[in-house]
Amino acid sequence: MMRLLMILRVALKALNRNKMRTALTMLGMIIGVAAVIAMIALGKGAQASIEDQIRSAGTNIINVMAGNFMAMGVRQGSGASNTLTPEDAAAIRNQIPTAQYVAAGVSTRNQIIAGHQNWQTRIQGTDVDLPLMRSWPMKYGLFFTPQDVTTAAKVVVLGAVVSTNLFGEETDPTGQIVRIKNQPFKVIGVLASKGAGTGFEDQDDTAMVPYTTAQKKLMGIQHIQNVTISASSAHEVKATAEAIAQLLRTRHKIMDGNNDDFMVRTMEEMAAMRTETTKTMTALLAGIAGVSLLVGGIGIMNIMLVSVTERTREIGLRMAIGARGSDVLTQFLVEAVVLSLFGGSIGIALGFGISWGVTEFLTWPTTISSEAVLLSFGFSAIIGIFFGFYPATKAAKLDPIEALRFE
Amino acid sequence: MPVISVRNLRKTYVVGDIQVHALRGVDLDVEAGEFLSVTGPSGSGKSTFMHILGCLDRPTSGQYVLDGQDVSMMSRDALAKVRNHRIGFVFQGFNLLSRTSAIENVELPLLYSRDHIRGADRHARARAALEIVGLLDRSHHHPNQLSGGQQQRVAIARALINNPSILLADEPTGNLDTRTSVEVMDVFQRLNIERGITILLITHEHDIAQYGTRTVAFRDGHIVSDAPNTQRRWAEVEMAALPPLDPSNGGTTNQAAAG
Repeated sequence: MMRLLMILRVALKALNRNKMRTALTMLGMIIGVAAVIAMIALGKGAQASIEDQIRSAGTNIINVMAGNFMAMGVRQGSGASNTLTPEDAAAIRNQIPTAQYVAAGVSTRNQIIAGHQNWQTRIQGTDVDLPLMRSWPMKYGLFFTPQDVTTAAKVVVLGAVVSTNLFGEETDPTGQIVRIKNQPFKVIGVLASKGAGTGFEDQDDTAMVPYTTAQKKLMGIQHIQNVTISASSAHEVKATAEAIAQLLRTRHKIMDGNNDDFMVRTMEEMAAMRTETTKTMTALLAGIAGVSLLVGGIGIMNIMLVSVTERTREIGLRMAIGARGSDVLTQFLVEAVVLSLFGGSIGIALGFGISWGVTEFLTWPTTISSEAVLLSFGFSAIIGIFFGFYPATKAAKLDPIEALRFE
Repeated sequence: MPVISVRNLRKTYVVGDIQVHALRGVDLDVEAGEFLSVTGPSGSGKSTFMHILGCLDRPTSGQYVLDGQDVSMMSRDALAKVRNHRIGFVFQGFNLLSRTSAIENVELPLLYSRDHIRGADRHARARAALEIVGLLDRSHHHPNQLSGGQQQRVAIARALINNPSILLADEPTGNLDTRTSVEVMDVFQRLNIERGITILLITHEHDIAQYGTRTVAFRDGHIVSDAPNTQRRWAEVEMAALPPLDPSNGGTTNQAAAG
């Protein structure tokens, strides 16, 4: 312990002798570590905010999609199968008591025209339960009624973005007529703004019509593409999803061992999938930042090699007065590790600063994890040892006679 | 029993295809308390001999017994230990660590001592060594604040700190002017007479060799003469005869340090 302290003092002294060079060498490490910390913080922040958004969308929600892109053989997109029907949705509503809200759904993209303005958007055919399960209040007017669904009424509820683009901001468009696929639709309400969704689409860039209307007037189909269900409580989600799958298998006469022609996904599962994606992104970013850490390490090796050459006579003297090869090795290794750990520590502080700045000025969420800090610190030490080893070995192998003669 | 006993010592270097015989069978005994001067022109083998005596190098064949221990074929690490405990080096170029105080330079060998020495003890021993060479009042000066003669005295104090069996001085006055050389030789003579320290002085200058008790001369890898110095020089006497010093520069001529 005493010995290590002494070696540490010698190392600090040697580094102190050439402050500018020491600082520049550490800069490589500082940038590398700061980049790693900031990138991981960004990735973790994105992950946390996605999880938050999914939670706010409702963890009780279960999605049933027609088709099965997991099926072997021919790969179909979701919604590609036409076997899911409004009767399936009704059966779920009637036969599964824990399915609190059920909404059949179809979706298409179309242009909405209002006077001289037009806007291309996603038109969702849905049922009256949707705003209830997503706790989505209205800004103006009302959502459509069960009767509108039964009669396939040509009514539309606009998302905030669509309403703004067609009628301008802070304008109540209820009662106005818009045209979709050359047919007049009456605007009966505008949804309150909800912001960016769980994916990359804007939740407010949408228009909602009764699913029956979308089927008959816009798409000319009999089937539906999806059913959105919300379970009566969070811990019923799994059982409910299972019950829905079982019910649909019976109704679609799917034998054991055959592939389903639908998919049941809970929000939890979707959240897990999205989290997985961000994790990959984080790893990628951290990997790129890691390259700069590597470059910092090479900088340390370079400077240590220069230092060994410069101090050849000193090494020779130390050996002449009794330093063993291992003593010299330790001394240079400790110097390299001190360089990298010092640089690493400053880098961690800088990484904290950058993450704070990104959150403060760009309002991107960041989360600094203790594991990222530990990882960077550990990596700094390993880099110091790894890149310090070659120069240190070179010093330790010097012949004292040659070293003392070195000019 | 002699401090140094060398029998049929040979050293051969291979440079490319050519074999260079630096030492061709050297026999020598040095008794405790001797002040031996080793002379010879460059290429005579005296440097090689001094490297082997200093345990910086190993002989190709032959035997070297230091203090009753055969060190001829020891490992690198074992030789490092012998150098640390039994040999004190004084070099031509001083070889002090820059930006390091005199006392820390003197303490340096203790850092590599295999015995554990506490900080306070290290300090006390370094102070004692500096006192012997008369530089206790300069213990916190850095080498660049000391004259050449003072730097060489710090180097001597460093060599003394582990109470070595022998003090090896390799051209210790090579970088010093005449007056300072005499002063440094005075330190060596005092150490030899007052403390009985065995000294080996390697020099190519014949008149410097006369400060010792005995001179061996090398030529072509052999010892060609070995005789006591009949007309020994005394540094103390010569110093008294030198013109008075300029009191402003601390008793030594200030010369730029080469180390």
